[in-house]
Amino acid sequence: MSKKTTPKKNIFDNAGARSAFASLIAILGGFLVGFIVLVLLALFNENIDFFDAVDGFFRILAGPFSAGNKDNILFQLGNMLFNSTPLLLTGLSVAIAFKTGLFNIGAPGQYLMGAMGTLIVAHSIPTTVVPPAIVWIIALLTGILCGAIWGAIPGFFKGVLGVNEVIVCIMTNWIAANIVSWVFKDSVFINVAETKMNFIKKTSANGVSTATFGLDKFFSGSSQYSRSYMDISIFIAIIIAIVIFIILNKTTFGYELKACGYNKNASKYAGMNEKRNIILSMAIAGGLAACGAALWVLNGNQDFKWEVYQSLPSDGFNGIPVALLANSNPIGVVFSSIFLRYINVGGSNLAAQTDFNEYVSQLIIAIIIYFAGFSRYIQEAMIRLRAGRKNKEKEGK
Amino acid sequence: MVFLIQKTLIFAIPLLIVALAGMFAERSGIINIALDGIMIFGAFIGAVFALNIRKIPWFVDHNQLTFLLAMLVAMLAGAVFSLLLSFSAIKLKADQTIGGTALNLLAPAISLFLIKVFTGQDMLEMQTVRNSAGEVKDFGFVLLNDNLGPIGRVLFDKAYISTFIAIALFIILSIFMYKTKTGLRLRACGEHPQAADSVGINVEKMRYLGTTISGALGGLGGYIYIATVANGTATGAVAGMGFLAIAIMIFGNWNPIGIAFGSLLFGFLKCLGVVYSNLDINGDGVYALTKLNLPMYFYNMVPYVVVLIVLAFSAGKSRAPKAEGIPYDKGQR
Repeated sequence: MSKKTTPKKNIFDNAGARSAFASLIAILGGFLVGFIVLVLLALFNENIDFFDAVDGFFRILAGPFSAGNKDNILFQLGNMLFNSTPLLLTGLSVAIAFKTGLFNIGAPGQYLMGAMGTLIVAHSIPTTVVPPAIVWIIALLTGILCGAIWGAIPGFFKGVLGVNEVIVCIMTNWIAANIVSWVFKDSVFINVAETKMNFIKKTSANGVSTATFGLDKFFSGSSQYSRSYMDISIFIAIIIAIVIFIILNKTTFGYELKACGYNKNASKYAGMNEKRNIILSMAIAGGLAACGAALWVLNGNQDFKWEVYQSLPSDGFNGIPVALLANSNPIGVVFSSIFLRYINVGGSNLAAQTDFNEYVSQLIIAIIIYFAGFSRYIQEAMIRLRAGRKNKEKEGK
Repeated sequence: MVFLIQKTLIFAIPLLIVALAGMFAERSGIINIALDGIMIFGAFIGAVFALNIRKIPWFVDHNQLTFLLAMLVAMLAGAVFSLLLSFSAIKLKADQTIGGTALNLLAPAISLFLIKVFTGQDMLEMQTVRNSAGEVKDFGFVLLNDNLGPIGRVLFDKAYISTFIAIALFIILSIFMYKTKTGLRLRACGEHPQAADSVGINVEKMRYLGTTISGALGGLGGYIYIATVANGTATGAVAGMGFLAIAIMIFGNWNPIGIAFGSLLFGFLKCLGVVYSNLDINGDGVYALTKLNLPMYFYNMVPYVVVLIVLAFSAGKSRAPKAEGIPYDKGQR
């Protein structure tokens, strides 16, 4: 959009503002439909009246702030931020692939491989010999490496062999799920001590866990019983998002990736190595998804279910709506991932405190994503509106 | 052997139908990534219908009819649900991946929301009920007949009625796609909508048609999946079957013969993973595959690995519809 000779400066002349405004409309639309659903339910259910619906709606809107007292709010806030970490990173994973013109639906598989690599290393290196902090770093890097290799497979198929990445991603997802189950079957890593046979030992059993800098204490409030999961992983994830943003927008490599996404043939013609770029982009995407898993298990208090061959981790798939809502902008992904978790927490508060169930929040998220698809339509409508007004102003002169 | 064929078909049929669904949408130019959601929604509505209508004993007596009706209802549900996608993709020119992803989130949310509201549980079971004579009839609406004769038994014993209907539908719709005027027009809209428009074909209408057929087949596939593979339990998930079907469609190069081959191959390998432990290949009472002492995860993995290997060797021949995923804009050349 040209900025010259506009009679009055208007915020909607800015493409970024228009895009943000369109997202806002999508979010409002999602909430509106969610509210209508609650009201409809109140109409057909004699146990629930209209005011319950309004009340329930505000509970979702308030997210963790509908938890009641100050301690509960703090506790839920901390866990919300912690649980946003894997979602943020899988969202980044999908987003960077989108920027290169690839649809990374393989994040669940990359996530699982990352969790596997991290867990094995975190449990195998004795912390009596090596300092836990070093083990933590090696475990994180191993996880990222596993995910990057796993992501590079669809990249290789797409870049070198020309096979559609969607199909390879779907296949590698299920292969990863079976490999992980196979590796951990009858292994020494299973949590026998706490008789949680379906889960892998917590990494804190080996003394390895993410630094908290007292955040877990702070977010636990004065409560004696519940311990917050909060650690610094969300900040690590945000830093990674900023780094990805800089790579994409300020470096030659990022430019090449985006060029490849806009037009593969043109970027090849311009002398860029499009095969290498596709493989690298998928490897980075895989590494990011795996990093999400690694930070989640390295928290030290998380139970990782090892028999995953029947269902893929939802955090992997949910990276797709996170990236879409943020329009594949790495900084936007930070907000969209935390936002989706916020709504989820509101939904579970709703289910815990009222007769409604928690799926209302998922419904709202789904509708927000649906409306986010109209983003372009809304933006074009805004441009038309604006142009119409400008013409009128000209005629007035 | 008969057992193996039947098991293969049970896995292959939902894939076959849903992959065909994907083909109809994509050949008309709309990427239908929402198939998983459409399957879930169709399965849910079909299950609700079957569950409620079977409260009337007459319908329990006429199991086959009930099954057929439930299939029809599921198709209808899938078609209506897919309108959400076609409306956003065709009318509002929205990004089709976003619309599809939204539907994939929406279907389990709606299903689970309503299941929880009405039953208080997280799943919907349509297991056993009593018929008018007071006999207990389970959900497996199978064609069971003792006096079928040897050939009849191979084909029909313990086979689901949906299998035959699905195969018939598959053949009829493939002929529709390739041998009728409408089918040709539909394909033209997926290859070059501007050219199609210039000779008077209504691109929007054709795309609506493709997506709606796709939705109907997706809903049907979802219902067949929960009725046969999942033993009649709707849980707001179809184990990623919809995504798998999209993979099979790409594997089959967007054409019916490839899809049929792909889903049969996949179904066979998948069923091998389930029955390997009591599979007696040459009939000498020795279970050869168990002797290898490989865990079930290995056999579970085989279908996916085989698909990747086949893809690696058949690469470069991909025939994706040229205009898929691009909203049709009249002003564009």
